Amino acid sequence: MIEIQNLTKTFSVVGEDGKQETFDALKNVSLTVGDGEIYGIIGMSGAGKSTLVRCINMLERPTEGKVLIDGTDMGSLSEKELRQMRRSITMIFQGFNLLMQRTCLDNICFPLELSGVKRTEAVRRASELLETVGLPDKAKAYPAQLSGGQQQRIAIARALATQPKVLLCDEATSALDPNTTHAILELIRDINKKLGITVIIITHQMSVVEEVCSHVAILDHGCVVETGEVAEVFSAPKSDAARRLVFPDADKSPMEAEIPGGIPAAGNPDDIPVRLVFDGSHTTDRAMITQMAIDTGIAVNILYASTRCIGDKVFGNMLLGIPGGMEAVERVKAYFADDPQIMIEPAAKEDRADA
Amino acid sequence: MLDRMFSAEALEEALWILKNEFPLALWETFYVTVLATLFAIILGMPLGVLLVTGEKGGVRPLPAWLMQVLNVVINLLRSVPFLILMILVFPLTRLIVGTTVGTVASIVPLVIAAFPFVARLIEGSLREVNPNIIEAAQSMGASPFQIVWKVMIPESVPSLISNVTIAVTTVLGYSAMSGIIGGGGLGKIAINYGYYRYKYLVMLMAVILLILLVQVFQSLGTYLSVHSDKRIRNRKK
Repeated sequence: MIEIQNLTKTFSVVGEDGKQETFDALKNVSLTVGDGEIYGIIGMSGAGKSTLVRCINMLERPTEGKVLIDGTDMGSLSEKELRQMRRSITMIFQGFNLLMQRTCLDNICFPLELSGVKRTEAVRRASELLETVGLPDKAKAYPAQLSGGQQQRIAIARALATQPKVLLCDEATSALDPNTTHAILELIRDINKKLGITVIIITHQMSVVEEVCSHVAILDHGCVVETGEVAEVFSAPKSDAARRLVFPDADKSPMEAEIPGGIPAAGNPDDIPVRLVFDGSHTTDRAMITQMAIDTGIAVNILYASTRCIGDKVFGNMLLGIPGGMEAVERVKAYFADDPQIMIEPAAKEDRADA
Repeated sequence: MLDRMFSAEALEEALWILKNEFPLALWETFYVTVLATLFAIILGMPLGVLLVTGEKGGVRPLPAWLMQVLNVVINLLRSVPFLILMILVFPLTRLIVGTTVGTVASIVPLVIAAFPFVARLIEGSLREVNPNIIEAAQSMGASPFQIVWKVMIPESVPSLISNVTIAVTTVLGYSAMSGIIGGGGLGKIAINYGYYRYKYLVMLMAVILLILLVQVFQSLGTYLSVHSDKRIRNRKK
């Protein structure tokens, strides 16, 4: 278990006027990460994510507060003990940071070499790990000959070489394209399941947290503003920072989310615009709108729709044009009335782009 | 002057000198250069490492005053003109070699002149190493010594080779100057025949040989540097 208690990190910087100024990168941060979890820490750039993750393995010494890993206070360790400890808390990076003059095999052997493992034993373990990350044929290749995704796989293999308890991922997928990101996240999830390694993922990408994390902490200007299970935090973001991340195109809740460019002008001008918000669960299991149109005989026009999948739940926001006046609107409302996860309200006429 | 320089007897004499004195001179220049560079690397390498690792924020910071002293000493040695330095280090040369004249004696001032230069070159090479790679090594529990020995030096090998090549060619140039204090080699021939006895043709030949030597060292250095670099993609084996 990783416990971060009241962590504060202050940097002193020389300001433009030449005076020493202090800057709090982290302010009183407390987090608890359970064993075997995949814990996401998300925030905009400059929120202090990288500093936070570096405080966990003491690459940055916190100014105040403690980091406890399985009860061991990281700050109280001597340099030597700390180096020993770091073998069980390894890290992967945005820029992969492989040794460019070593082959992939030797890169994976590197941490073993540092801890004095015999060469033959190290090579055996490294070959196994190449297998684990799916690149058994790249043993003799140099990092420059590999793609970004392959380099990150080698970096993951290297991080696993010393059989760590914790894997820290510092923006590990930020330099990769979406497909490669997906593949790397799959690998991380696999490793987490098979080896039971606790994973901490630092990212600015919502999609990364949605895809693999079980828990998330939202970091904003050095403070933790929200923590909890991913589905919970993302479906009902309470803080402004969380809302900005979950609905980047709106700073309001989904109910009030703005439609880019207003309500589309397309469709019959006599239709009454109605907003429909659905909130999780089974809403995509059935052809909801089509079924409603068939059952009520009202040919609704979908003017705008936006959905987002979080975990296995779906959240969405839809704008319907309903022909047939207020009477039809009431019938549509009544049709969905027994479903608590669907909310309907009239969209303001003034929202219309052509108004 | 030119007609005298290329007259039949001048040419004949020059060829005789070329045959009888140049082989030894070439060998002397070669071994003085190689030995002096080698010693300069032995002294300059640790200094260059300290300059990078010892600074504030380095992998093993040293007291600021010590770094200051180190920097001043290196700059001081580098700012003394080689001609003066050769004479200044006479006592040291006598202490080490037993005499201040001759080919072997000329190695001492060459080393003294070259090692601060080498230290700076090595400092430059080590600074090119991506700091993120060093951070990665730290995150894996590497000690400062392991970082220097297993990360910084191996990662900067291509740059180190190309900088050592610069050192070799500079020492070669200096070694020619040591002809003044009785150091052997092509420099001595150029000075003795060309400057003291107006045999310009001999001087010209010595200079051409020096140019060729520089070319050979530089080409070899560039070849080794490029071929040791694993960052270059898809190079044909």
